[in-house]
Order: sequence, then structure tokens, then C-alpha cells
Amino acid sequence: MASNEEILAGLAEIVNEETGLAPESVEMDKSFTDDLDIDSISMMTIVVNAEEKFGVRIPDEEVKNLKTVGDAVNFISGAQA
Amino acid sequence: MPRKVVITGLGATTPIGGDVPTMWANSLKGVSGARAIEADWVEKYELPVTFAAQIATPASEVLSRVEAKRMDPSTQFAVVASREAWRDSGIEDIDRDRLAVAFATGIGGVWTLLDAWDTLREKGPRRVLPMTVPMLMPNGPAAAVSLDLGARAGAHTPVSACASGTEALHQGLELIRSGKADVVMCGGAEAAIHPMPIAAFASMQALSRRNDEPELASRPYDTGRDGFVMGEGAGALVIEAEEHALARGARIYAELAGTSVTADAYHITAPDPEGLGATRALKAALFDARAQAEDVVHVNAHATSTPVGDKPEYTALKAALGHHLDQVAVSATKSQTGHLLGASGAVEAIMTVLALHERTMPVTINLDDQDPEIPLDVVTAPRELPAGDLVALSNSFGFGGHNAVIVLRSS
Repeated sequence: MASNEEILAGLAEIVNEETGLAPESVEMDKSFTDDLDIDSISMMTIVVNAEEKFGVRIPDEEVKNLKTVGDAVNFISGAQA
Repeated sequence: MPRKVVITGLGATTPIGGDVPTMWANSLKGVSGARAIEADWVEKYELPVTFAAQIATPASEVLSRVEAKRMDPSTQFAVVASREAWRDSGIEDIDRDRLAVAFATGIGGVWTLLDAWDTLREKGPRRVLPMTVPMLMPNGPAAAVSLDLGARAGAHTPVSACASGTEALHQGLELIRSGKADVVMCGGAEAAIHPMPIAAFASMQALSRRNDEPELASRPYDTGRDGFVMGEGAGALVIEAEEHALARGARIYAELAGTSVTADAYHITAPDPEGLGATRALKAALFDARAQAEDVVHVNAHATSTPVGDKPEYTALKAALGHHLDQVAVSATKSQTGHLLGASGAVEAIMTVLALHERTMPVTINLDDQDPEIPLDVVTAPRELPAGDLVALSNSFGFGGHNAVIVLRSS
């Protein structure tokens, strides 16, 4: 079980790998599209990599609800519980 | 008279140099780009051919990690070469609605396709990444170059196997002559040094098996030739309406004076032994360029180093140029670079452009015992070209019976 801080750090690493954004710019209140400029193809890549890293399943219909980094951290945290 | 079209920018990443100046210098030095492949898959699959001509400078040294991640290697090579050509052209401000792309490939994103297939089988469909389709599609290189340059007058992908790169120049010339564009980034890219294409080309007995002497394996016109050597990389040429180039005071390398594309309709892989399709392409390209056979001083031949392929090209040259062929010096670039498949025509066009511009013909290596049935004047050491107006040709032929010829005129 990972803490929210650990999930955020892991997610930041995945976002950095995919987009080159600095890990510290990946903060809880940041919007994936408006703040981080992540397109749908990168978002799906991030989702699939997050599933593998955290051992969870993020259904396709759930992805559109993950507007901010915090939404994703909370979803992964809940899915791990 | 159709619009005159000139070449104003060159870029390349090849087995004998990661850029055009390095490639040209290594060519004159007689360097071979072929060597043993250092990858575990050579032994793992017990490949019958264990060497190739891999690019001299990995794309990862030129592109950022994130850029490279979203591109198949063939597209990476295309972007590396086209950026060099664009810088070299000196174009700064241009109407991007008048800038087109004609960037060819023979095979397309074969690494991406087969990696994704492995992922599907090993990890399931969820792990097949969403960038897979744009990375494997054969128009990937043209699309990426269009995006990179903001080229909006169309992005085209001629696909005609090993004639593709030359056909891109044909298409580019047509785009400018017809008034659809003023500038076209033309080129070809290939990245197929992967165990599956090696197995497939080896299976059709097309590849040299000279595993113990890779550097000696690509030997066009030599009696000891036993097949081609797989190469990879990209070549890119900025072609431009002459009035557009003159208006911006551009350096002009040469004129792209004429082109032609024909089809053999003879056999899916075997060249027509009489070279009829190639002869028609040569004659039509000269006609298109308003040039006579007697104007030609230099040919950069397709010459892949296969036992059956090199001779029909000679037959076609003889038929198209007649007795004047005795006055023509021929270079076979694949002796150094290996066969870059869909990129070969673009790289060899650059070599031909430089031959005219530098007034020096590049070399053919490994010609120890010339096939008596191919009595061409082959350039084996750098040879000077005289001053004055000169015409040179570059030929490419592809599986499927594709023949493509370009005619270049010195400027």
C-alpha cells in the first residue's frame, strides 16, 4: 500500500517519462489538460503505466473523470484499498 | 516551359555519417558503414546474416528523449535529416501554406509494429500503447516532418520499395511545377534492421552472407558479389522553385531538372533482364529535363550488389545512353552505405548533388574483380569533374517493378 505522497511521486515520475515535464511541476491541484498540457494519447499512456506501477485497474470510462493530478492520486489510492 | 526547380538544402543520417559533411568526407575516404550487429537477437534467432550498416550517430544523441519516445526509429531518422536540410537551406521566413513534404519509406514503422505485437502477446491488449498506430503508419515520417516544419501544402508518402526515396523527389518536382507548392522537403527514411526483415530478406536470398567480412560484403559490379547489405538512415533535400530561391539569395547546389517513374509489369521481385522499364524511365527523365544522352557525365547507380540486379541496370544504361555510356563515370554508393531501402534514393540523390556541386565524384569500394559482363567506367577513387554545365543521373529500382530516375544539372 502506497501513501498519497508515494503515489504522487510515482505519478510524477510517469508524467516526466512521458512528457519531459519536471516531476515537481506535477502537483495535486494541477489539471492534466489545462495546466500540464497533456493530450489524450499521453494521458492514456500515463494511465496504462500507472496501472502497472500501482497494480490497479483504471477503467477507460473513469479516465475522463481524472481532471487533476489529485483526482488520479485519490482514485489510485482508493483502488489499492 | 515548366517552373525550374533547384536544390537548396541537404541533410542525412547514414551508416557513414550522422550528417552530410561527415557522410561526404567518409565517402571520399572510402569508408564502409557495414559491421557486425551487436544485439542479442542475432544469436537468439540464429540469423543467417549477422551484420548490417547501422547509422553512425544514434538518433537518441540528436533528439530529446521525449521526442524520440513518440517516434518510430524511421521517423526519428527523417526528423534528424530534415532538420539538417532545413538549417542548411537557410530558409527563415516562408509561407507555410506553400511548403509541402514528400517523405518516403519502403517499409514504415516495422520496429513499432513488431514491438506492439510482442507486447500484446506477452502482456495483453491494455499494454499496447496508444501511440502505436501513429508510430507504425508508413506516413509517420512525412507527418512528423510536416509537423516539425509547419508544412501545410500537403504531406505525401511515396511507397515503392527501394525506389521510394527517388520517387519522393519526383513527387516534389511535380508539386512545384504544378504550382501547388514553392518549397518541398523531400526525402526517404528507413529503419528495418530488425530480425524479422533480416530473416525475410535472407529467405529470398537477397542478402550477402559474408558474415566474417562485413566491410567487404557490399561489392557492386564485383564478380564476388553475393547480395546486398541492409542499411538504415535517412536523406532529406530541400527543393525549391528557382525564382523563390533567387529571391531570397539562396545557395543553389544543383537543378532538379527532370524525373521519371515507370513500372516493369514483369515480375514482383525479379528485374526485367532486358531492363526495359528502367530504360524507359531513363529516357523519359532525360526528356523531362530537356537533356540529351550526350550531356550526361555521371551516374549514381542503384547497384545493390546482388548477383542478378546489377547487370540489368547496365543494360538499361546502355540502351538509354548508347555509345555515350563509355564517357560516363558511375558510382555505387551502396558499396559504402549498404542498402537503405526506401531511404537509399534520397541519400544517393545527395551524393549526386554533391558530385556536381563539389565537382568530385564519390567512390565505389570493394571492386576488386569487375564483372566482365558489366563494362562500366566505375569510380573507385575520388575523381574530378570538369567545369561547365554538367548533367548527372541517379537511379533507383524497387521490388514490385518500380523504376525511378532523377536528372540533376549543375548550377
